[in-house]
Amino acid sequence: MNVRYESVIGLEVHCQLELASKLFSPCPLEIGAVPNTRTDAYTWGLPGTLPMPNRAAVQAAIALALATRCTVHRHSRFARKHYFYPDLPKGYQITQADEPYATGGEVEIPGFTRDDGAPWRVRLHRIHLEEDAGKNVHVGRTSGVDYNRAGAPLVEIVSEPDLRSAEQAAAYMRELRTLVRALGISQANMEEGTLRCDANVSLRPVGTEPLGERCEIKNVNSFRFLARAIDAEIRRQTDLLTHGESITRCTLGYDHEHDRLFVMRTKEDAADYRFLPDPDLPPLVIDDAWVDEVRNALPELPAARRERWRGLGVAADDASMLAAERDLAEYFDALLVATGTARARRAANWLVTDLLGRLGSAPIASCPVPATMLAEIVTMVDDDVISGRTGKDVLGLCWSGEGTPAQLVEQRGLGQLSDAGPVDALIAEVFAENPRQLASLLAGKDSLRGFFVGQIMKRSRGQANPRLVATRLDAALGQAAGSTEEPS
Amino acid sequence: MTLIAADDQADLTSWSVRALATAVRSGEVTATAIVEAHLAALDRGAELHAWLCRVDERARAHAATLDAAHARGEALGVLGGVPLGLKDLFVTEGIPTTAGSCILAGWIPPYDGEHNTRMRDAGAVLLGKLSLDEFAMGSSNENVPGEAVRNPWAHDRVAGGSSGGAAAAVAARMVPFALATDTGGSIRQPAALCGVVGLKPSYGRVTRAGMIAFASSLDQAGPITRSVRDAAVVLGALAGPSPGDATCVNEPVPDFAQACERGTQGLRVGVCRRALDGDGLDQDVRVAFFAALEVLRDAGVTLVDIELPHADLGVATYYVLCAAEASSNLARYDGMRYGPRVTASSVEASVEATRSAGFGAEVRRRILLGTFVLRKAGYEAYYGRAARVRRLVADDYLEAFAHCDVIASPTAPQPAFGRGERNADPLAMYLGDVFTVGANLAGLPAISIPCGFTRSGPRLPIGLQLVGPPWREDLMLAVAAGHEDATRWHHERPPRLIDETSPAAGSS
Repeated sequence: MNVRYESVIGLEVHCQLELASKLFSPCPLEIGAVPNTRTDAYTWGLPGTLPMPNRAAVQAAIALALATRCTVHRHSRFARKHYFYPDLPKGYQITQADEPYATGGEVEIPGFTRDDGAPWRVRLHRIHLEEDAGKNVHVGRTSGVDYNRAGAPLVEIVSEPDLRSAEQAAAYMRELRTLVRALGISQANMEEGTLRCDANVSLRPVGTEPLGERCEIKNVNSFRFLARAIDAEIRRQTDLLTHGESITRCTLGYDHEHDRLFVMRTKEDAADYRFLPDPDLPPLVIDDAWVDEVRNALPELPAARRERWRGLGVAADDASMLAAERDLAEYFDALLVATGTARARRAANWLVTDLLGRLGSAPIASCPVPATMLAEIVTMVDDDVISGRTGKDVLGLCWSGEGTPAQLVEQRGLGQLSDAGPVDALIAEVFAENPRQLASLLAGKDSLRGFFVGQIMKRSRGQANPRLVATRLDAALGQAAGSTEEPS
Repeated sequence: MTLIAADDQADLTSWSVRALATAVRSGEVTATAIVEAHLAALDRGAELHAWLCRVDERARAHAATLDAAHARGEALGVLGGVPLGLKDLFVTEGIPTTAGSCILAGWIPPYDGEHNTRMRDAGAVLLGKLSLDEFAMGSSNENVPGEAVRNPWAHDRVAGGSSGGAAAAVAARMVPFALATDTGGSIRQPAALCGVVGLKPSYGRVTRAGMIAFASSLDQAGPITRSVRDAAVVLGALAGPSPGDATCVNEPVPDFAQACERGTQGLRVGVCRRALDGDGLDQDVRVAFFAALEVLRDAGVTLVDIELPHADLGVATYYVLCAAEASSNLARYDGMRYGPRVTASSVEASVEATRSAGFGAEVRRRILLGTFVLRKAGYEAYYGRAARVRRLVADDYLEAFAHCDVIASPTAPQPAFGRGERNADPLAMYLGDVFTVGANLAGLPAISIPCGFTRSGPRLPIGLQLVGPPWREDLMLAVAAGHEDATRWHHERPPRLIDETSPAAGSS
């Protein structure tokens, strides 16, 4: 009998908060600094040092909890999680165990819907604050530890097992990245390790409820590899189950070079972390006033932005793309202010296709064309002042700093031919030069119509209004047909 | 060596903290003269093994700086020119800090703990670091890599612990005061055994930043002095909000010196008689304790009987909790970033070898015990239960304080015991903490003051413990000062040690 399996996936996502200092000390925080230059007595775990909570970290964590519709708890507690490893300066990590500051909550994944058409929502089990460990650096046969990252503020976002495929898991990660970037609380860069993910994967026969035994994939460092690692694990488990074997709980690493998983540890050698409420830290108290203060300062969230833009007619894909980055979203909103919301769909299209095409992977902040300039181009094209083709050229000129769109169109005579006279003259020229093709067209070979349109546009250097060309061409063909019929 | 019993007012080492500070301010004596007199006392008392490290030249330079500042007319701090010693659990920049352990041998801290900073800001002059049981774990100052501290009253007896070095140094007139730490009685018990005053403040009154952690929810720093009023002055300079300790309260510091002058009239002192019934209580200690109660009654205090129903669970609860926290706090000593490292074939093996070599037997015992009680499988049965009993113990105190202002008991059930006497039996050692651990479990202020001497055997001091309600050091100090005003015990001094080569020996 052939059983079909459904994959059940839950993610534990670590996200480093972008703050001036670490979670429990005023030590400066900086990614990419020379190893061990962003440390202090606390970071080194020197005797006598104590943790002092960073209020800004709690503030950022509250914002994330509100943005994911979590319940923010008035009282939560920090605990110590013990294990010996050189990258852990105190021999324990300060985290939140039994009493996290936020529970519940949900995240909508754009692009995925349930069978009934409702948006796909991933429920969150909890979010908690914790400090990061240092980083082991292996050079040849020797190893060192960089403690710059030790004590960095992390939020860990633990989802319920609500994801059903690798692509969905990757989309959920992207949405979390979009969200924390929109909140301005993290750079959330997987390659730099400011966004990290462990994936719990299990299988169950389609249509059944109980969860199968799960395996955990540790620390995958890109969206692509995450999806591939999960797929590999789904294949591995499916293979085992279809051969009548059972799944043994284990922790896996992903070797992306060989697209292969390897076992890091099995259930038997699972660590006992000897959790202990941290006696150095009083309960974390987040009162209603603080929550309200953070709520009132929340920016518009990506989901809300997408919805607003789609209401203005922006294509779903464009809306997702533009909402993904806070700066980009703000650029688009500035563009909308200048073009007016009636042109939202076309403005989005220009931004996504033309401007982002030029930008490549560079951030919008480095774009030389401000939103007001792009708005001028969009508006002129939309109002038939210039053609779309000319619009793209003008954008290129603006990009190189040649001037503003209005100046360029004015000075270089790029305005669109919107009067019938000059267009008729162009048509007459083209007809005169291509008598055979004209005869064929008039004889019924309609496919040649495009050839004539192209010739006319080319002759106008792209400035002829295409709709005008179409109507005048029809008129001219009517006339030509009349004149050729007359002699018969 | 000659023993001289008489006090000598010309000897600066017998002056109180307040007298010294006043004399420096008035120009009567210089900080330099005071420091020299005390350094000479350190030389004479070397055989007590109270000091792990001396900083004579630093102290002389500091004293000279203070004298120069005074000469320029600058105001000195409340402890200006007064020498002190720090238990070697306080972190001192540039001065070796070992916690009495081989695992920190050779560590020279790159930063100063807040205690040292506050003392220096107040003008006190550091003479060195004082011996202690390793990581403050012990009641006899015998858990040391080197020589155990001798009790100044009888050298074959222990000085108590863990702050034995601090209590012995203050008792032997090497320093007028010392800072120590108290996790289950580590200030009060050695103070009692050495015949001096030891004060543990309310939990959160004094910062823990820069104090090497033993059991963080119980640890508290405080002074050891020769009088209640000196303790009040030092506490005033030590207490207050801390930028480095989240458990230190953000409250203004009361005037503790003034609290000593309140008088005892109308105050109610509670006594839990059931706690005195056990046969572990020494007869001389019992007699001295009841005599102290009579002194208090004569001073206008009302004695009331109180109950502390869970007091007999205190020691067991304490040893589960302190071991759990210690196993966690001491996890950082892996030899990877500081301290000696034993290299081995792997990181794990190196950490194991480093810790096995670096920690002494008692510390290893508590780490093992603490690791055991924090295992997932045993957490509820041990740590969880101990945490709940702790709550009951604390509630007992709050209930008792509905009927009294201060609770009195002996500080320790026995006077100073013989060196080596209890080493084979850790449980007997732990039971010596029966009167002191309650204040730590409940976070209450407590003080030990001299209240008499043994009558049988060698003449050994006995301590009276007074425990105050939460944050009410003032009530505790008022009763303690009242007792001090009515007695002369705090003027008693141990047989003086004289180095026969010193000029003082010839002149006396």
